[in-house]
Amino acid sequence: MIPEASSIAGHVDIIFWSLVGLSVIIMAIVGALVLTFAIRYREGTKAYRGPLPEIMSREFEISWTASTLFVALFIFWWAASSQIPQFIIPKKALEIHVVAKQWMWKVQHPDGVREINALHVPLGKSVKLVMTSQDVIHSFGVPAFRIKQDVLPGRYTSTWFKATELGDFHLFCMEYCGTDHSRMLGTIVVMKPADYARWLATQPHHEDLAGEGARLFTALGCSGCHGPSARVPAPSLVGLYGREVALADGDTVTADEDYLRTSIMRPEAQVTAGYQPVMPAYQGVASEEQVVALIAYIKSMKAGRSQMR
Amino acid sequence: MTDALRDDDVGLLARRPAERSYLTAGTTLWSWLSTTDHKRIAILYAIGITFFFFVGSAAMAVIRLELFTPQGDVVSADTYNRLFTLHGVVMVWFFLIPSIPATLGNFLLPIMIGAEDVAFPRLNLMSWYLYLIGGSITILALLLGGVDTGWTFYTPFSTLYSNSYVMIAAMGVFVVGFSSIATGVNFITTIHMLRCKGMTWMRLPLFVWAMYTVSLVLVLATPVLAMTMLLIIAERLFDFPIFDPRTGGDPVLFQHLFWFYSHPAVYIMILPAFGVVSEIITCEARRRVFGYQFMVYAMVVIAVIGFLVWGHHMFVAGQSPFASMVFSFLSFVIAVPSAIKVFNWTGTLYRGTIRFSAPMLYALGFLGLFTLGGLTGLFLASIPVDVHLTDTYFVVAHFHYIMVGGSVSAFFAGLHFWWPKITGRLYSESFARFAAIILFFGFNFTFFPQFIMGYLGMPRRYHEYPPEFQVWNVMSSTGAVVLGIGYLMPLFYLAYSLLHGDRAPANPHGATGLEWSIPSPPPKHNFEQPPVVFTEPYAYHGWKKAPGGAIATRQDQHEEEGG
Repeated sequence: MIPEASSIAGHVDIIFWSLVGLSVIIMAIVGALVLTFAIRYREGTKAYRGPLPEIMSREFEISWTASTLFVALFIFWWAASSQIPQFIIPKKALEIHVVAKQWMWKVQHPDGVREINALHVPLGKSVKLVMTSQDVIHSFGVPAFRIKQDVLPGRYTSTWFKATELGDFHLFCMEYCGTDHSRMLGTIVVMKPADYARWLATQPHHEDLAGEGARLFTALGCSGCHGPSARVPAPSLVGLYGREVALADGDTVTADEDYLRTSIMRPEAQVTAGYQPVMPAYQGVASEEQVVALIAYIKSMKAGRSQMR
Repeated sequence: MTDALRDDDVGLLARRPAERSYLTAGTTLWSWLSTTDHKRIAILYAIGITFFFFVGSAAMAVIRLELFTPQGDVVSADTYNRLFTLHGVVMVWFFLIPSIPATLGNFLLPIMIGAEDVAFPRLNLMSWYLYLIGGSITILALLLGGVDTGWTFYTPFSTLYSNSYVMIAAMGVFVVGFSSIATGVNFITTIHMLRCKGMTWMRLPLFVWAMYTVSLVLVLATPVLAMTMLLIIAERLFDFPIFDPRTGGDPVLFQHLFWFYSHPAVYIMILPAFGVVSEIITCEARRRVFGYQFMVYAMVVIAVIGFLVWGHHMFVAGQSPFASMVFSFLSFVIAVPSAIKVFNWTGTLYRGTIRFSAPMLYALGFLGLFTLGGLTGLFLASIPVDVHLTDTYFVVAHFHYIMVGGSVSAFFAGLHFWWPKITGRLYSESFARFAAIILFFGFNFTFFPQFIMGYLGMPRRYHEYPPEFQVWNVMSSTGAVVLGIGYLMPLFYLAYSLLHGDRAPANPHGATGLEWSIPSPPPKHNFEQPPVVFTEPYAYHGWKKAPGGAIATRQDQHEEEGG
């Protein structure tokens, strides 16, 4: 059997096995009726074959229509409402960035540790995955956790889990992505928090994500316009993350990770109100991993109190 | 099969019809290729879909052989990807979608409503040529080296990354779509305009209702597919920025467009099966269809709601949670009319006089497989369960239960049921029953293990897989051998019946319906004079539906308790 290794796995399985139970019951009813009728009313038996009893017409139709509808709506309500917590990602979750490409998984931990085709996570801690693809659509699926989320090029998708069992679990690419789709595998290693901390410490450390982003911010030329001493009129990035941004076309967007990514890759797509669209596109210049680091840096530019509303 | 055909009918010699059967009215190849007779076009389509069925099955055979072991040791990964794409494209567009409507539908629909032909006979022939052209283009893509996108053509893989013959295959699908549209337009017009006197809407056989609803879906959904295929070609060929995220396009837009067609396409495949099975169960149980009107409404409701559930293919694709909720809700709603149909078929058996002929065995097999296929649909409509099961073998098993266990079983049921009418020959009943049973078990052996391995997490479209899934894959591949035998058997005994089968009488099943009132095989223009209909369909016994306990005498009830 497949382990129930995440906080939601048990809930999913309860619905799954209830549906199995329902299916068995309905199959048994239909099967028993068909079999009984088939034997009782086979050609040549003396069973009574007159008109149907009065009750067997509209009343039957209406009652089984109503009861199927009731059962269907009940399952919908149950399944949909138990999915709602999965839609809401815990605020304090450990944020891991995943970049998928043909045919590997690249993982960036917040403190700069990187992995390929593996993801080490601590037991019992919520982990948020922020994912994007460098090429085609992939899908991050961990059957033992009962989670799956398509990983799209050009935007971030997220999901989260809380591992509840120690061990190694399969990570599959679940959306067909070309030649080596079936080799785009990985391992999720769930460790005790202490072991995880020890493991992190032994990994070759790059700078943490925000630090790497700060370096890239200069290296890629961003600071020339967005830096504190820039002469060019460019929107300030301090405290930008999470804020509402008014756009030149009159629209307003929340400066989330998707917005920041688009604004780096294709700045002409969403121009901030009051600024000229002069920023060069970084599509093809900055890699997805670099963009992840840049966003981490932008997120770290907290506004000083004086600038707060 | 020439004049001897009619001379056999010794008793009818005196009043033998002046007209030759459609099969012998013109024997040259050209008389077939230029025919506008709906019955001949049905035969032309039947030849086409049989060819494609075996092309698709051959691909499946290699796939199942490959999956026998976890390693990719039979074909390369690229070949494997091309094989499952071929299997999907061919089976969906060149076998399943035209299967029942274009063969049985073309043949029977005009006769069932008492018409001489469809409303637009030339358009009908054109639709076959479009099918032929679309099929040839697709075969060309195959011969050049195949396509590796999967039948779903997901972008941006198909538009920017695939190094295979995507454009040619998309063109083939584009063209064959128009043959579907032509058939749909033709059927809708025929049913509206050409019903004979007395053939009111509520007297239409359920098969005709099925053809009517499926035609509506064909006409309304297929243009979206055509458009989507053109967009793929435009992006691939001219770099039109539509789905490419680097230029501001949206790859998920493709999925919306594709499933807006392809989910209704599931109903395009299953609605005709409903029609076939309804005809057969009522005839072989000698009982009026239980709840005729509810059967009709259920099909109409399925056709309508079928357009509104496409988003349940995209619960993990990054669509809004609110959209997912709505699509989940509607997917549960559509389970209701499907359940109504299952209950009504079961109810039709009650107090019937059931014969276990080969078509009936196929139809009962359909009933079981469709019910299980439908129930597993509830799993995939439940968002949290779908998140776990989507893109695993559970989905593969689910849609094969609907499309193969359902549609193909129904197609075989209908093929056997109307074979005497179409060909004028009787097949070997015992071989046919045996094949029906083999098919049922072979199907379950093949696909039931896939539910289990899907739940355990085995992903779709995997050339290699972790060894813990091998036991289920071995079961599935072994079952496929049995299934293959079940499919090959009819090819032989039906072909044999063409040459050596007994001549079929006009109405071998003792069925109601206008198609059984004319000779087998039917004369070129179907009816000597326009028929007139006086009764509701399925008058297999005297009393109408549920007239109340008053008619059942005490004596009857006593007998019932005793027997």
